[in-house]
Amino acid sequence: MNRLMPRTLLTPAVLAIAIISIVPLLITLSYAFVKFSLLAPGEHAFHALENFHFFFSDGAFLPALQNTFVLMFSVMFITVLCGAALALLINEAFPGRTIVRIMLISPFLIMPAVNALMWKNMLLNPIYGLFAQVSHLFGLTPVDWLSQYPLLSIIMMVSWQWLPFACLIFMTALQSMDREQLEAAGMDGANYGQKLRYLYIPHLGRAVSVVLMIEMIFLLSVFAEIFTTTGGGPGFETTTITFMIYQQALQSYDIGAASAGALFAVLLANIAAFFLMRVIGRNLAK
Amino acid sequence: MAYLQLSNIEKFFGAQHAIKGIELGIGKGEFVVFVGPSGCGKSTLLRLIAGLEPIDKGSLQLDGRDITHLNSSQRDLAMVFQSYALYPHMTVFENMSFALKLAGVDRATIRAKVDKAASILDLHQYLQRTPRELSGGQRQRVAIGRAIVRDPKVFLFDEPLSNLDAALRVQTRIEIAKLHRELGATTIYVTHDQVEAMTLADRVVVLRDGRIEQHGSPLALYDRPANRFVAQFIGTPSMNVVPSAALPQLANGNGSGGFVGIRPEHVRLGGQAIGGLAATVDMVESLGVETLVYARLENNVQIVSRGSERTRLQPGDRTALLFDANAVHHFDAAGNAEAAVMQAAL
Amino acid sequence: MNRHSVLYLRTAGAWLCALLLFFPIFWLGLMAFKTEAQAISTPPLMFFSPTLQSFRDVMARDNYTGYALNSLFTSVLSTAIGLAIAIPAAYSMAFFPARGTVGLLKFILSSRYMPGVGALMPIYICYQYFGLLDSRIGLTVMFMLMNLPIMIWLLYTSLRELPREILEAARMDGATVLDEFRYIVLPLAVGGIASTALVCMVWAWNESFWSLNLGASNAGTLAWLIASYSSPEGLFWAKLSAASLMAIAPIMALGWFCQKQLVQGMTFGAVK
Repeated sequence: MNRLMPRTLLTPAVLAIAIISIVPLLITLSYAFVKFSLLAPGEHAFHALENFHFFFSDGAFLPALQNTFVLMFSVMFITVLCGAALALLINEAFPGRTIVRIMLISPFLIMPAVNALMWKNMLLNPIYGLFAQVSHLFGLTPVDWLSQYPLLSIIMMVSWQWLPFACLIFMTALQSMDREQLEAAGMDGANYGQKLRYLYIPHLGRAVSVVLMIEMIFLLSVFAEIFTTTGGGPGFETTTITFMIYQQALQSYDIGAASAGALFAVLLANIAAFFLMRVIGRNLAK
Repeated sequence: MAYLQLSNIEKFFGAQHAIKGIELGIGKGEFVVFVGPSGCGKSTLLRLIAGLEPIDKGSLQLDGRDITHLNSSQRDLAMVFQSYALYPHMTVFENMSFALKLAGVDRATIRAKVDKAASILDLHQYLQRTPRELSGGQRQRVAIGRAIVRDPKVFLFDEPLSNLDAALRVQTRIEIAKLHRELGATTIYVTHDQVEAMTLADRVVVLRDGRIEQHGSPLALYDRPANRFVAQFIGTPSMNVVPSAALPQLANGNGSGGFVGIRPEHVRLGGQAIGGLAATVDMVESLGVETLVYARLENNVQIVSRGSERTRLQPGDRTALLFDANAVHHFDAAGNAEAAVMQAAL
Repeated sequence: MNRHSVLYLRTAGAWLCALLLFFPIFWLGLMAFKTEAQAISTPPLMFFSPTLQSFRDVMARDNYTGYALNSLFTSVLSTAIGLAIAIPAAYSMAFFPARGTVGLLKFILSSRYMPGVGALMPIYICYQYFGLLDSRIGLTVMFMLMNLPIMIWLLYTSLRELPREILEAARMDGATVLDEFRYIVLPLAVGGIASTALVCMVWAWNESFWSLNLGASNAGTLAWLIASYSSPEGLFWAKLSAASLMAIAPIMALGWFCQKQLVQGMTFGAVK
C-alpha cells in the first residue's frame, strides 16, 4: 500500500489549520510581551508583566470570567433539557410533523445579529416589545429586560437560537433506538417514566456529548448578541472574556493588553477542548 | 508446484499470531473448503490470499507467478463476500460489468460476458434493477455473477450462504456445486457449516487456531480423522470421545491416558441384550429420518446414539448400548490418532 | 391513557412548542410589511394591509444587492474551497487510518475552539499587510478556514459509514485507489457531502464577527447591512424588520428547501 498518498491528501488541510491556529498564536504571543498601543505608536518596549497585570487586574476581568461560565453553562443546560424534552415529544409520528420540523430549525438559520436585534426591539423592548404587551394583557408592569436582567436576556436569546440544534440531534439519536429493547421493557412492565430513566436517557448520553462539544465552540465566542444589545453593560454585567478582549483591542486600542487577554482566551479554550475531547475521544475512536 | 501454492504463510495482528505457518497446495479446478470454529483464521487466510490483508511471512504462488505482495486488483482473483458487498448505487448490470469497465474492455464484449453469466445464474430479468430491489438470494446470485464475469484464476467465497434462510441455503448450495461442475474453476470456499464442507468440497481443510489440523477428501476426514479435534468437528452429532479409562472395553488396553472415539451411528441400542453396556436415557430426539438417543453410562459418561429405527424409550428408561468394535478410533494422550481404524463396510 | 389521547396531546404539544419557537421570526416577517406607525402600535397589530414600502426604503438607503452578492459569493466559494481541501483529508483519515489519526482529528477539532477575538489582531495586521482588508477574497479565505475543522470532522464521520466490504469488492474488481474514490466513494458519499456543504454555507452566511472586522463597504456581507441598523439612528422598526428579513430570507429558504439534508448535516452524523 502506498504510504505517501494518504499523507499528500492530508497535507493541504493540516497546513491550513496549522497556519490558522499557530501563526496567529505566535504573533499574539509576541504582542503580549511588548508595549503595543495604537495610541502610542513606536513604543515597543518589553512590557509583558504590565500587559498581563493590566489585563487581569482590569475591573472587568473577574465579572467577565464569571459571565462567560454562567452564559455557557446556562445555555447548555437549557438547550439540553428542553431539547431532549422536545425531541421526546416529536419522536413519534403525528400530523404535520414536517412543518413542525421546518419551524423548529428556523431559529438556527438566523444571523446572530438579526437574532439580537429581533429580541432587543421586538420582544424585550419595555414599551413596544411583545413581552411588554403580553404583560399589559395580564396587568403586570413590563420588565425592562435588557436593563434589569441583561445576562438573562442574552442567555434567552442564545438558548432560543441553539435549541433547535440540540433538539434535532436528540431526535436523530432517539430514532436510532432499538425498538425491540423498548418493547421488551414494555413487556417487563416498565411505564414511560421508567423507560425514560433506564433506556432513553442513557441512550442519549452520546448525543448529549456531541451537543455540548459543538455548543461549546460557539458559546465561547458569542459576540454579535452582546455587541448589538448591551455592549457589555450595564457595567460589566454582560461582558464575557471574548467581549472584554474585543473592547481592549478595538476600543481601548491597547493591543498589548488585549494580546495578553487573547492568550488567556486561548488557554481557556484549550482547557475546555481538553475536557470535551476526553469525553468525545472515546466516541471518536470507534 | 501446485496451481495455487501457500508456503509457510504467517500473519500477525499486533501481538496476536493469527496465522501460524500454513503450507498448502491447491490444484487447478479443485474445490477446496476451509472449515473450522470461529476465530480459527479461515476468513483471515482467505483475505490473505485475496490480498485484502498483507502477508507477513511466507509466499503465495499462483500459476507460477509470485503474487505474495501484489495488490488485490492484480492477482486475477474474484471474491464473493458474506454480505455480498454489491455496489448499492449501480444496477445489477453495472455491478457485474464494473471490473471489465475498469479494465477497459469494450462495450460489446462486456455485454456478451454479462449476458453469459446472467444466463447461467438466471439473472436476466434483474439486470436493470438496483441491489435494494432484490431479495437476499437474488443479491447472492449477483455477487456470484460479478465473480464469474471476470473469469478469474481462482474463485474465493467467504461464507456466502450464512445470510440466507435454510431452504435458500440448500438450493444455493446445489447451484454452487452445479456451477463448479460446469465451469471447472478453482475455488476456495470458507464456511463454518460442515454440511456445506462435506457436500461441496473436493478437499476439506480443517483449521484451528491459525494452523491446519488436517486436510483431505471429506470422507477421508470423516473416516480417518487425524486427531480428536477433527474427529469431533466433522460429523453431527459429533463423535463420542471419552478418556480410555472411562471405556476400557473399547480401549483394548491400548495406551492408558489416551482417548477412544466412536461415532453415534456405530452405537446401537440393545435393549437388555447381553454384551451391551448398561445406560440410562437422558434425552430422545426423534427427527423422523433418524432418532438420536442421549444416554448416560453407569460411570456417568454421556454417549450419543444414532439410528434409523424409531424407539419407545423415554428419558429415565434403562437400556444397553452396543458398540461396533471395528469402528473405534484411538487417540493418544495428546489427541493424535493412533492405529488406523478399519474402514466401515460400504 | 389511550392511544388517541396520547396522540392528541402529542400533536397539540408539538405544535404549540413549534409555534412558540417560530413566533419571533413570524412576527419579524409580519413587521417587515407594515408601515413604521403600524410597527410600533400598541397593542400589536395583527391585521393590516401589507406594504412593500419598508423594503423599498432599505434598498434605497443601502446597497442591498451589493451586500447580498457578497454574502452569496463568500459563502458559496468558501464552502467549495473548503470541500476541496476537506474531502481528501477526510478520505485519507477514514480509509487509511494510522496511529495518529484520532489524535490529529482531535487537534483539528480543538483548533476551532478558540474564539475569533483571540486571533483578531494578528489576522487584522496580516490582512492589512497583504492588502486583504475589505476584499471578498479575504473574507472567503477566513470563512473557509473557520469552517474547515468542522467540515473535516463531518465528512470523516460520514465517510466512515461506508461499508468496508464494498470498497474491498471494488479493489478485487481491479480498482485503483483513484478508481475507488471516483466510482464508489464519491457517489455514495454525496449525501454526506451535501449535508456538510449546507450547514457550512449557513454558518458562512450568518457569520458576523469577521465580516464586521475584516470587511467594509466594498466586500461587506449582509452582516454589514444589519450592523448599520443597530445604531439608534437606524432604529426604524419596519425598516429594520425589512432589512432583517431580506438578510435572512435567502438562507432560510435554502434551509427549508433542503431541510432533510440540512438536518443530516446539523446532526453531525456522529449520532447513530
